[in-house]
Amino acid sequence: MTSGKYVQPRSNEKSIGAYAIIGDCRTAALVSQDGSIDWLCFPHFSGPSVFAALLDHERGGRFSIRPAGQFRSSRRYRGPTAVLETDFETPTGSARLTDAMPAAEEAGTLHPLREVLRLIDGTRGEVSFEIHWSPRPDYARADPLIRSRGALGWSCAWSDELFLLQAEVPLAFVPQAGAVVGRIRVQAGQRVRLSLSYAKGDIGVIAPLGKAADGRLQATLDWWRNWSNQCAYAGPHRDSVMRSAITLKLMTFTLSGAVVAAPTTSLPEWIGAGRNWDYRYCWVRDAALTMRAFTGLGFQSEAASFLQWLLHATRLTWPELQVMYDVYGRTSLRENEVDHLRGYQGSRPVRIGNGAYRQIQLDVYGGLLFAVMDYVAKGGSLQNDETRLILGFGETVCRQWRNPDHGIWEVRGQKRHYTFSKVMCWSALNSLVKLNDRGLVRLDVEKVRRERDEIARTIETRGFNDALGSYVSELDGDQLDASLLLMGCLGYKHPADVRMRGTFDRIQERLGRNGLLYRYDPATDDLASPEGAFGICSFWAIDNLARRGDIRAAEQAFSHILSFANDVGLFAEEIDPETGEALGNFPQAFTHVGLINGAMALAAAPVDRQPVAS
Amino acid sequence: MTVAELPSISTMIIWGFVATAAMTIVMQGSQGLGLSRLSLPFLLGTFFTGDRRRAVLIGFVSYVIGGWLFAFLYFLLFSSLGAYTWWLGLGIGLLHGLFLLVAALPVLPYIHPRMASEYDGASAIRKLEPPGFMALNYGSRTPLTTLAGQALYGVVLGGFPQLTAVLG
Repeated sequence: MTSGKYVQPRSNEKSIGAYAIIGDCRTAALVSQDGSIDWLCFPHFSGPSVFAALLDHERGGRFSIRPAGQFRSSRRYRGPTAVLETDFETPTGSARLTDAMPAAEEAGTLHPLREVLRLIDGTRGEVSFEIHWSPRPDYARADPLIRSRGALGWSCAWSDELFLLQAEVPLAFVPQAGAVVGRIRVQAGQRVRLSLSYAKGDIGVIAPLGKAADGRLQATLDWWRNWSNQCAYAGPHRDSVMRSAITLKLMTFTLSGAVVAAPTTSLPEWIGAGRNWDYRYCWVRDAALTMRAFTGLGFQSEAASFLQWLLHATRLTWPELQVMYDVYGRTSLRENEVDHLRGYQGSRPVRIGNGAYRQIQLDVYGGLLFAVMDYVAKGGSLQNDETRLILGFGETVCRQWRNPDHGIWEVRGQKRHYTFSKVMCWSALNSLVKLNDRGLVRLDVEKVRRERDEIARTIETRGFNDALGSYVSELDGDQLDASLLLMGCLGYKHPADVRMRGTFDRIQERLGRNGLLYRYDPATDDLASPEGAFGICSFWAIDNLARRGDIRAAEQAFSHILSFANDVGLFAEEIDPETGEALGNFPQAFTHVGLINGAMALAAAPVDRQPVAS
Repeated sequence: MTVAELPSISTMIIWGFVATAAMTIVMQGSQGLGLSRLSLPFLLGTFFTGDRRRAVLIGFVSYVIGGWLFAFLYFLLFSSLGAYTWWLGLGIGLLHGLFLLVAALPVLPYIHPRMASEYDGASAIRKLEPPGFMALNYGSRTPLTTLAGQALYGVVLGGFPQLTAVLG
């Protein structure tokens, strides 16, 4: 839609990369290039959807503001903020749509529990807009009551929840469509404001329009700019790193410090292949790299909140760790299929909840304890009760590292002895030894060292295949797995080591495609279907290249991967290496964490940097 | 009616408190269980302040004190009617609840300093959602939960002699 000619977009065939994210660090909405909010959950990321046109254009519900006729659009975020601007060019004029979820006002003030603010500014001539608001609460399962509230707009009420649409233009309810619609003309210099406010279990607070709405937008811009100014990164590709940092912040649930993997569910890893999962939860395995991103960029407050969440949300299962938790630390994430939604481009099933929470993944201990180590290494401190929790996790590792598990990729089916899981158990105990050496914990360090070294011996003897000259996915196996690249990133083995070089080369040979990497051979899991290349794995490869001094190759690879970002710099979980299309849940925190860490590795690279001409 | 027919001050204080506590449990419990979004303490508190945290605290204290004081009116009414029975209390409580729902709450947009109205819309100061007739804006079960709370309040106040006898 950014080409030179006007087009009439077929709004039910949007690519995953056609979306941008707005949010308030409590929940997030996806806005398409043609101005439609097609995904939004309340009251938090993993709450039920009110708009889910992303997963079913007919039934899901949406809030669309788009020119009535032909148009072309382009968009951007306004500077280092999460405020999105979409410019529409039509034959009769042009206009700008600004979308934001206002930052929370001063604590204690009366403001809506959540709000989406949309402003239309005429910039040239006159543009006719169509407005369509069709809330479909609870994944389109609820039976909402939509009615006029007079000067207060239109309300949609269900259960103990209220969704209120206010607009500075007249709108009408169309019962057959179950939608509130309107058609307006916006002249150059004219501003039209619309606001969605949400309440749950409480008397609603209605955010006023007019100058007050302009003030909220300005406050939101100021809030994001102030936050972005804390970023200490001054290396290459700063704009991309900043966008990734903002995206990561958008997926940080500010009320607990948890970071969700993505704000969406069931966007397919391959169209129609059944690899559709709910990612609106917090994976402990991502902790190490997420913490590195926070501390590396100088966001110490986010790092502290994240660590608090890691240590306190996991108390219900301590001294063991579950694979994932919800934003409040709840442990039951029972998986259900929502049959009445057809799925993204017909990709069924649509899943709510994630059955992988029942899996055993030993790598999570390494993720958490590495995060603790990283946090204190950057100046953070631990409370006494937190050290007790940490020691408990260490004991669990000593007890369980010899057991098989489901591994980092959550392959469903029987447990196996994944090499990477052993590596992360090594990392967990290595972090404990370092914490002991710093005097931050008191443990039987000789015992922990013995266990750590025993794990290393197992990895080196059974996790390395001499015939391949590479570490392998499973002990005594011959398959490859891109997670092995993390051995170089997380300090198990230097990337310049001959074994790591061999591993890097074999992974590139077997899993590489068009400059991207598959996480593993999809034929080796039980789903028997294809999937895309895994976004973060390519950044791990860059991390390895940078750490071993191959800066030119790392720069080239980095620029190549950046070319797969969408028009506003966002990445999904996966990328189709043939078409470059985004696949899987979107945007994906883990991919953006990879981008940040890859860029930081480039910035810290030990040899003279020779930037590659793009 | 004579003052002598009223219960002792200590009895009125104790049972006024018990009735208020029972009503508060029903009303706040209904909100917590998702049956209604109505919070009378919050509406009361926002009369005095636009700070949500203070409003909740002030409102809750005002609500409890108000419930306590209102109990004296109930006792006066029971005395004037010459009967203290749970069913009379139920009737008065329901009447009180109905008055609240159909008369008191709907006029709030005209007197509450922070409540928006469906005629004038919201402003920087007046932005609380109005209750509407029978407070139905706060959920379709709000009339029932409000009546239940008020009815229980009346039952406790009217039936306290029977309750005292049952309790020993």
